[in-house]
Amino acid sequence: MRKVLTVCGLGQGTSLILKMNVEQVLSEKGMLAEVEHMDVSSASSMSADYIITSKELAESLAGHKAKVIIVNNYFDIEEIKQAVEGLMA
Amino acid sequence: MKFLEKQLVRVRAEAVTAEEAISLAGQLLVDDGVAEAAYVAAMVRSYQQNGPYFVVAPNIAIPHARPEDGVKEASVSFLQLKEPLLFGHTVNDPVQLIFCLGASSSEEHVALLKKLTLLLNNPDNVNKLSLAAGYTDVENILKGGM
Repeated sequence: MRKVLTVCGLGQGTSLILKMNVEQVLSEKGMLAEVEHMDVSSASSMSADYIITSKELAESLAGHKAKVIIVNNYFDIEEIKQAVEGLMA
Repeated sequence: MKFLEKQLVRVRAEAVTAEEAISLAGQLLVDDGVAEAAYVAAMVRSYQQNGPYFVVAPNIAIPHARPEDGVKEASVSFLQLKEPLLFGHTVNDPVQLIFCLGASSSEEHVALLKKLTLLLNNPDNVNKLSLAAGYTDVENILKGGM
C-alpha cells in the first residue's frame, strides 16, 4: 500500500487537517493509501512514497526520497483532489 | 472541549503585526482559562521559528503550539481582524481570520479539528466569517453550516 505523510511544523494541528481532507478525497475516489500526519523533522527521517505539505515546508523536505506534493489551500477539496491524482501518476 | 464559544470569539479586532494578532487570538484562550499565557508565547515563538506555514488557506491562519506548552482544555478561539495583515506567506497572505488551536493529545483534539475542517471546507462559511459583525453572526454560521 502507498504510504502518504501529511506534514506541518509541529505535527499537531494543520497536518491533521490535511490528513482528514486527503483521506476524504482518497475514499471518494476509492483509493487505498496509508496516511500519517507528523512534524517536519520526523518526516525527514521517515520513509514514504509521497509527502503532502505546504510550499514553505516542502523546501525543507527537498532532499527526501518521497515525491513531495504541495497544497496551498488545505480547505480547497478541488486542489487536494488534484494533489491526490498526482499519487496515481 | 470548547469550540468557538461566545467568550472565545472576537470580531473587528485591530493588530499591527502577525505576532500581535496571534497573541490577541491566544489571549481569548487564556482569559477563558483553557490555556496558560506560556502557550500564547509558544505560538508566537513557533511562528518566528517555523514561519507562516500555518496560514493554511487564503485569509486563514491556524496558529498552535504543543499540548505541553500550556493547554488545560482542548479548544479553538477565533479572532477576526478589521484589517487583514501580512504573515509572510507566499501564497495565502493577507490573513484576516485567525483560529487559535489549544492543542491536546486527547480524542477531543481530533474532534475539534474535524469541526474546524468541516466549517472551513465550505467557502461560503469563510466569506461569512470575514463579514461577521458580532457573535450572533458567527453563531448563525455555526448553526447553519455544520
